[in-house]
Parts: sequence; structure tokens; C-alpha cells
Amino acid sequence: MEVLQLLISGMANGCVYGLVALGFVLIYKATEAVNFAQGDFMMLGAFVTLGLVNPEFMGLNFWVALPIVFVIMGVFGYLLDLVVLRALFGQNQVAVIILTIALGFILRFVAGLIWGHEPLSLHSPLALGDLRMGTLVLGMADVAIIIVTFLLTLFLWQFFQRTKVGLAMQAASQNQMAAYYMGIPVKRVQGFVWALAGIVAAIAGILYASKGAIDPNAGFIGIKAFAAAVIGGFGSLPGALMGGLIVGIIEPFAARYLPAGWSQIAPYALLIGVLLFRPHGLFAQVRVKKV
Amino acid sequence: MRIQFKTSYDHDIRLFKDGWQAFLYIALLALMVVLPWLIDDFFLGEATNVLIWATCGLGLMLLTGQTGQVSLGHSAFMAMGCYACVLLMEAGVPFILAFPLGGVITGLVGALIAIPALKLHGVYLAIATLALAILTDDLIVMLEPWTGGVAGKFAPAIEVFGLEINRWSSPAAWYYMALIVVLVVTLFYRNLLRAPMGRAFAAVRDSEISAQAMGVNIARTKTIAFGISAGITGLGGALMGLFAEVFNNETFTFIISIQLLMMIVVGGLGFIHGAFLGAIVIAFLPQVLSIATDSLGSTVAIPGLETGVFGLIMILFILFEPMGLYGRWLKIRTFLELFPFARKDMFRRQKSYLKTERLR
Repeated sequence: MEVLQLLISGMANGCVYGLVALGFVLIYKATEAVNFAQGDFMMLGAFVTLGLVNPEFMGLNFWVALPIVFVIMGVFGYLLDLVVLRALFGQNQVAVIILTIALGFILRFVAGLIWGHEPLSLHSPLALGDLRMGTLVLGMADVAIIIVTFLLTLFLWQFFQRTKVGLAMQAASQNQMAAYYMGIPVKRVQGFVWALAGIVAAIAGILYASKGAIDPNAGFIGIKAFAAAVIGGFGSLPGALMGGLIVGIIEPFAARYLPAGWSQIAPYALLIGVLLFRPHGLFAQVRVKKV
Repeated sequence: MRIQFKTSYDHDIRLFKDGWQAFLYIALLALMVVLPWLIDDFFLGEATNVLIWATCGLGLMLLTGQTGQVSLGHSAFMAMGCYACVLLMEAGVPFILAFPLGGVITGLVGALIAIPALKLHGVYLAIATLALAILTDDLIVMLEPWTGGVAGKFAPAIEVFGLEINRWSSPAAWYYMALIVVLVVTLFYRNLLRAPMGRAFAAVRDSEISAQAMGVNIARTKTIAFGISAGITGLGGALMGLFAEVFNNETFTFIISIQLLMMIVVGGLGFIHGAFLGAIVIAFLPQVLSIATDSLGSTVAIPGLETGVFGLIMILFILFEPMGLYGRWLKIRTFLELFPFARKDMFRRQKSYLKTERLR
């Protein structure tokens, strides 16, 4: 029973990590840049939702606010690519790493300025309370998160398999030059990828905020999501989700069964282990480039 | 414009290009030496802080600027250098021995860490080193018997040849100590760049494949670069901990290593001057900001303002001046030296395409 309990709550955390990791991987696959600010995107998405929904701010109905949030975050991602990142097109990866870290700092500052540094909780229909079954106490939010993540993954999978934009994204990520030749507007497609990453981050943020409170430093879970993305393999979408689940599940079990302090270390220790023995992740699709 | 007439290959690697340049640097050194008589104790402390940051920055610059490996984990080496130095001092080793020993230990550990990290490229290396920085933070808490954990440690009194160096009672002595460390590190760095090893670093940075073709042993070069870089940063970290007088895991969080990376980018990646200019920015930004907010009439500190402004500066630099402050100065100087003949496109960035590391 206890194991099941830890498993469910770990999976719910893992889903949030997985969704943030999904954002990294989407951008990495399409542009080979790594967005170190993805965690802060998530924080921003949660705060935008909170600003629209909570009665002390705008007080809109949750389901009315949802599409608005998606539009805001999507436009934000697209504009970011258009204005800032396109200037670095083809430049060194280091520049993009530092740029996105700096962006994270700014987002954190702006969010703190607007919504304050006290933890706030989102009025979310997903916060349903607990479900008791004998000794088992399930947070309904946890279950909802797992279901939403599952549905979102299914949707994204179909999106990449079926739609024209999705196929264009796949093509642009596999070979930029060939995609250009085939008439795909690669730069605009990359903009769409950033928009999509913004929307996925917003969903992750809403789920995260439904579980508990949110504050401007929530973006730091992006680092755990990093670990998740690397463990799963940076180039693979299902890998990112699996990595997220692994990290999410390890944490509560390490906290329960190992001495104090280990639960914070466990994800990073696993990350370093994976990097040493399988540098391209557990579910890698990457082959080493030869000259 | 001064023209150097080179009559020997040795002229290419001379420490100073000509007498004028040598004179300028000696004048700068003289200014630094008389500084304690020119400014009061508060600004002397700030100057010491700049020198300490510059030492750490030089360490990271060697790895990122010269060898082209991004590290987000240098706070780990700062912590290691600091704890090694202080633990040795507490074990009775005199400071003058404990300090360099701390650097050597950190360098060896850094080289050991580099061996597995060599397999990793670009982004993966950045993430692995970030994980290292976070792990170090947690390890300091877990190894409480040695490190004092969250409660932290007090820096022991520093004594060099019977002379006590204390931040409050003898700020000038502290300043001179930092100055000597920076001077030694800078000379070492400069000489390293003139030596075959330094040329190998640059070769690895510019293209691993061509470096390999020229007979550079990449694994060995990267390991040495990592080791030396960690060692120098360790020295800087030891100075930082001792200067702060009380330090714990919070003194060396991963935020510090991100700041360090940003600092050398603002200063100018790949230039020794860049580490110093960046250090000046990072040390004086908080003061400038607090003066600015005071003059705007706000009495409460705005949390995160410092990092937010720093992030903004960072983005503007990457977009508009990727060569940093020193790069900007080079452009101005070239413009002045060539005066009517300088052309706009002399420093234009070359267009490049994405060099992918993967096949699909």
C-alpha cells in the first residue's frame, strides 16, 4: 500500500518533470539549442493562468482562461524566437545556453515583480481533494495530472505523425538543409516549435500549480527536468517523459528508504551515472557523428 | 599607429608586443600597488572583491574561453578549494602552504572529474557540470563533521611570516595578498598561452577534428585544461571563503557558477582582460543598483533585481556585442589607431551554419 502511494505521488511529480523535459526536447530536436529557461516558462505559464483565474486578479472562469493562456504562451514563445533567438541563428551553442539562462533570470524577476514572492495557490478545477481507499490516500490532483499528461502525450504523438506542421517540424529537425530544399520554411517552423514549447510549459505549469503553491523560484524544477531529459535521451520525446517518470519516482522512494539528504542527490547522481555510461540517454536515438 | 617590425619568430610570443605596451602594464601595476593610499577602506574591500572574482574568472576563462568547454559547475571547485584550504589550516598547516595545496588538490580532483566528462560535448558537459555543482551543495550539507554543514565554518586567522592578515584590521594587507595571487595566476596564464599547451587549448577550442589532425592529444589536453582551470578557481574560491570569513554551502551555490560564466562573457570570452572587466561589472553592479534604487526613492530592496538586471545586460551583450567589453574596447582602439581608415565590417561576425553533432 505504502509503495503504491509513493508510486502514484512520484508519478504525478514525474509527469510535471516529464512535461518540462518535453519542452527541452522539442526545442533541442528542432533547433539544436537547449532552452535553460524552460522551467521558468513553466513558472510563467502557471502565473499567467493564476493571474487570469484567481479571484484576486482577473477572476475568469478556468475553462475560458485556458485558451487565452495557451495563446499568450504560444505568442510569447514565437516572439522570443523571432526577436531574440533568430539573431543567434547558426551561432555557437554556448551563446544560446547563456542567453536562455539569462532569460530565466529576467522571467523570474518580472514574475516576482508582478505576482510577488509569496507562494500563491491556483484556483484550479484539478485540485479535487483526496480520495481515501482504506489506508491509501490518493490526491485526486495526482491522478488528474497523470491522466492529463497521458492525453497530452497521445495528442502530441498524433500531431507529429499526422499533421503537416508536425511533419515539417520532424523534417526540419532531421536535416535543416534538406527541409529547406523541400520548401519548408525552416525558420518559421522553428518559431512554431518555440510556441509549442511555450504551450506545453503552460500545461506543465497549470498541473504543477494544481498540486500546490507556486512562486517565482518554481522554475528551478527545470534543473530536475534537465536531469530527466538527459536520463531519457535528449533527442527523444517518449524518452523525456520516461526520464521524468524515473526521476519523479526515485525521489519519494529515496526519501523513504535511504538516509536523509539522499533524495536530493539521487536524481543528479543518476544523471551523472547515465552521462558516464550511456551519454546519449537510456532511450537514445542518436548516432555519433563521424567526419 | 605603431608598427611592430618583427625580425624573429620569438617576437610573436613575446610577453609584451613593444616597449609602450610594457610601459602601460607596468604603470597599471604601479597604480594597483599605490591604490591603498588613494581610496578608503570600503572601496579597498571592493577592489579586493574584484581581484577575487577575477581569479575565479581566470580559472573558468581558461576552460571556456581558451579550450571551449562550457562549465556550469565551477562553484563546486570554488567550494573544494575553500574547504581544502581551511581544513588544512585547521590541521595546523601554515596558510602559505595550505593555500597553494588547496589549489593543487582541487586541480587534481578537477582533472579526475574531467576524465569521464571528456566523453561529453557542449550541452551535455554543461548539464553534467551543473549537476556536479548541485551535488557539491548537497554534499557539503551531508558531510557535516568536516564541513560544518548548513551552520558553516569560520575562516581561521591568516598569518603569513608572522604578519596577521585580517580583513578589518589590515585591509591593505588583504588587498596585497589578493593582488599577488592574481598577479601570479595571470602571469602563469599568459605564459601558458605562449607555450605549446596553450596553443593546443586554442586548437581544441576552434576545431577538435583539425586539432586531432595536427597531432594534439585531445583527451590529454582537455584533462589538463580542466585540472588547471579547477585549480585556479579553487584558489579563487579559497580567497572568497576567507574574505567572507563565514561560509557554508550557500556561499557556493550553482548560481555562483552561472554568475561566473556570465561574468566572463560580459568581460569578453577568450581574453585575460575579459576576466578582469567582468569582475569589475559583477562586483560593482550591486552597489550601482542600490544607489539607483535609493535615488528613485524606493527604500525596500527589490528581490531578484540584481540577477534580473544582470540577465538583461547579458542578453544585450550576446545579441549586440558577443565579444564582450574587451571586444568593444578593441574595436574602439582599432578605430582610433587607424583613424581615417577603419572600416565598419572589420569585425563583422562570419555567417555560419548550424554544426550538428548528430545524424538525425
